[in-house]
Amino acid sequence: MKNTIKQVFHSGKFLVGFFIFILILIICFVYPLVVTHDPLEMVGSGNFYKPGTYVSQQEAVLDPFYTLNIDASEGKLSLLLGEEEIEKMKEYLVKYAEVAESEIDTSDPEAMVELWQERYDPELKAKGLTSAKRKSYRRLDGEIKDAQKSADLIIAEKDSETGELEEVKKIKGTSFVNTKDILNKRTFLLGTDNFGRDVLTELVAATVVSLRIGLVAGIIATVIGLLLGLLAGYVGGLVDNIILFLTNLFTVIPSFIILILISYSVGTSARGVMMVAVIIGLTSWPWTTRAVRSQVISLRNRDHVNLSKLSGHSLARIIFTDILPYIASYVVMAMILQISSGILAEAQLSMIGLGPATTRTATLGLMMNWAMQYAAHLNGSWWAYFPVVIVIALISFSLNLMNTGLDQVFNPQLRD
Amino acid sequence: MAQNQETKQNPSEPKPCLSGRGITKVFGIGNKATTAVDHVDFDFNEGEFVSIVGESGSGKTTLSKMLLGLISVTEGEVRFQGQPRDISTGAKRREYWKNIQPIFQDPFSSYNMFYKIDAVLDDCLNMRGYRNASKEERTRLKDEACGFVNLKYAELTNKYPFELSGGQMQRLMIARIFLLKPKILMADEPTSMIDACSRATILDMLLKLRDEVNMTVIFITHDIGLAYYISDKVYIMEHGKFVESGPAETVILNPKADYTKRLINDVPKIYEKWDLDTVARK
Amino acid sequence: MGNVMLEVNHLKTKYITRFHEDVYAVDDVSLKIEEGKSLGIAGESGCGKSTLALSLIGYYFAPLHYISGDIIIDGVKISDMKPDEVRKNVLGNEVAYIPQAAMNALNPTMKIIRFIEDVMKAHNIKMTKKEIYDMARERFADLGLPEEVLNKHAVELSGGMKQRTVIAISTILSPKVLIADEPSSALDVTSQKMVIRMMRELMEKGYIKSMIFITHELPLLYNVTDDIMVMYAGQIVERGTAKEMVFDPIHPYSKGLMGSIIVPESGVREHKLTAIPGTPPNLKNPPKGCRFAERCRYATPTCSAMAPEIKEFDNGRTYRCLMSVRKIREVYENGTEPGNETESE
Repeated sequence: MKNTIKQVFHSGKFLVGFFIFILILIICFVYPLVVTHDPLEMVGSGNFYKPGTYVSQQEAVLDPFYTLNIDASEGKLSLLLGEEEIEKMKEYLVKYAEVAESEIDTSDPEAMVELWQERYDPELKAKGLTSAKRKSYRRLDGEIKDAQKSADLIIAEKDSETGELEEVKKIKGTSFVNTKDILNKRTFLLGTDNFGRDVLTELVAATVVSLRIGLVAGIIATVIGLLLGLLAGYVGGLVDNIILFLTNLFTVIPSFIILILISYSVGTSARGVMMVAVIIGLTSWPWTTRAVRSQVISLRNRDHVNLSKLSGHSLARIIFTDILPYIASYVVMAMILQISSGILAEAQLSMIGLGPATTRTATLGLMMNWAMQYAAHLNGSWWAYFPVVIVIALISFSLNLMNTGLDQVFNPQLRD
Repeated sequence: MAQNQETKQNPSEPKPCLSGRGITKVFGIGNKATTAVDHVDFDFNEGEFVSIVGESGSGKTTLSKMLLGLISVTEGEVRFQGQPRDISTGAKRREYWKNIQPIFQDPFSSYNMFYKIDAVLDDCLNMRGYRNASKEERTRLKDEACGFVNLKYAELTNKYPFELSGGQMQRLMIARIFLLKPKILMADEPTSMIDACSRATILDMLLKLRDEVNMTVIFITHDIGLAYYISDKVYIMEHGKFVESGPAETVILNPKADYTKRLINDVPKIYEKWDLDTVARK
Repeated sequence: MGNVMLEVNHLKTKYITRFHEDVYAVDDVSLKIEEGKSLGIAGESGCGKSTLALSLIGYYFAPLHYISGDIIIDGVKISDMKPDEVRKNVLGNEVAYIPQAAMNALNPTMKIIRFIEDVMKAHNIKMTKKEIYDMARERFADLGLPEEVLNKHAVELSGGMKQRTVIAISTILSPKVLIADEPSSALDVTSQKMVIRMMRELMEKGYIKSMIFITHELPLLYNVTDDIMVMYAGQIVERGTAKEMVFDPIHPYSKGLMGSIIVPESGVREHKLTAIPGTPPNLKNPPKGCRFAERCRYATPTCSAMAPEIKEFDNGRTYRCLMSVRKIREVYENGTEPGNETESE
């Protein structure tokens, strides 16, 4: 036994898989200790805020200033003149001011502004230039002029009595705030999701739930598969035929369809996380049954089983002492695969909206489902689904790697 | 071989211990049916050392499994001590198995490698009704059994089967038989996986079992020389049938059946000339 | 005296187990076989006889490793060659090797003739299919194998026929040395006799010049080979002619082995079978002195302290024991333990 375990840890494949898996587990346990927010707290009030640190704007204004010799007005133009404005400027210059398109460089806002000031004529009357359009160009001109003003910003307070604005603070272009002084800030390493929840915290919580689903599904599938496989393989005859019939039935009908039908018929009200795990477990045992059965059949006629029989041992005793230990390593490997496929099955089910009907618990599949429903993949909010995909891939990769490593140890003829 | 020569039982009145009439085993059904054992008759007497000799595929192992009650008999009747054998229920089967026990060919697969050797011997004691015996009594019995096969129980206890050599494992199987003291021992090629130089030990122990416990030993082998050396009576089996049977001396030295003649002729000889030209080239 | 076909000097090889331990399965083996002679190697399982066979063909691949010593086949030293060179130039045309399970090595989807074509291709022999077929048919007929076999698949042949076919295929290039490792152990006696007969014909017709036959069945060796060599724990303990070895063994281990022979012949029942107690030593850590000392009835304290060297007689008979032959004979006759009187030469 000791030797076997030693050998298992000599297998490179197993070690890599084990290391990844343990790392995921450690993160799952340690992260909630460090970040104690409710993982499903809806922090953001909009969809998909991008990753980064969010600081309180008010506090930034009110906190003491430091003057640094960096001109913050630089780049201000491009900050204020968005793409839309630049396009509009270009349109005017080309259409009415007769500037060649090649002379305009949209990537250099300052040069464009210069060109604009030179060519813009608010009174211009040209064909196609309606008064509405002229007005909108005037507004644009005003905006440009505003943007050019490098004047300081003034924070004013309304006097409660006179109603007049009273200057409180002047913010210069060279004023800076130290982020350490700002108390109200929050970092979203992976942004927020459609409900405005911190994706990273949610992801960790979801991984724990998904692993639990996988474990429960894997244990249920393995226990059912093992018991049926042992019975079918050892007892044989009619029992074998009946179990084999059931198994074939479940194998022939794609289990995913059964899964969908059961999930659907259970109804949304009862479809909790554990319910989904049980459903997955109940539909994935046939594979284990078949594998265990064939192993048991090859063991059934071994001499030590015959000897045990001749020693008058009962059926249960023979199965549990003479057969089960021989297939234990095999069952463990099968269970690892079942856990991995349980996690995947949950993700698949949830993706199409048949997973746990809840927004109170996150699972990896549900996170994908939410991201998809709110079109995260269309509006470029990669942080809402890509990390989830990576975690699912890592979990099943590590479990499968562990399985392969174990296989090499327990079936030495497969080595090299 | 001194102990071979003296006849153990009263020659005038041999008591049949295990006999069979028309024993047949058919595997499969319809077109695919194969007859492994085809209407064989035999009488194995008490205290006799009987060999069943046959090449691979002759049905000798199937016959032994049927006699052990591990597989069903398609046709025919097995009689145990003059009575028809009844193993229809679990309890009756267990009762029958107190009288017949096997030693298998491969000692490495005869043990459950997850349990210590003690478990095997403890099982035997429980079967013999020593379930409530004191620990000292049990140890004494196990020690005695190991002593019978020249092993030391103190050195074996708490060991796993795979820590023993093949010869030691097979000897421990004999110790198990010694503890159980069944009426019949079914030894299915017990020496074929064992090195020639430890073979003699195993054979001596089987003979000792026969002599001390008056056990009927059914020795199944493909080695006609071995059968000749050790047994009182020899049954030659070909394609599920006994083609010849009788006292070892008669059958081996004056074979009547062609098959027996061929078998003996094709075994390499030492004292006589082994003529290679007598075998067909094609 | 013919010329030496195979010469091995102080060959040492080892296995590396999966726990990275070294097992010295062939330790200081020297032997010589002359043209037209055959040598049998006997010993219990695990004594290194199969490893010796693998080592002799010079084709080393993990976990078997070459340590030292020479292997010379008909004057060509193959122990210096690279494995690839050995496979291309030695295997098949200089030396052929037949393991016990050889008959299971035939790909069931290929006709037998295809294997022969493959052999030709692997050795860069340019022949048309027709020429190969004619050559194979002739050889098969000469060895008593029916021509139909060539167009059959392996699954259609019986075990004995398969084994004979494999032998015929592997000797198709008429190698100088044939090394057969238990070629007939898995077969029934009649097929075994047919295999043996075919091997004798191979020798008689000159398709092979000499042969090494490895088996644990001594009566078979006695009938097949000229000389018998007994191996124990990776070493040669005795070598002599078949007759000498069976009826007059010197080494206590050979004596024990020969005492365990059983044949169906009159008078055998009167013999007392002998057994050698104990188990062979662990080759990961071979004993310092005589490797057989622990199991030897005649061992003295010197035996476990001092490793015996090979002693050779004029007639080519060798043995590895500290006792002199005279002493050994005396001990055998009295059947007593030699006591404390130690004698070493």
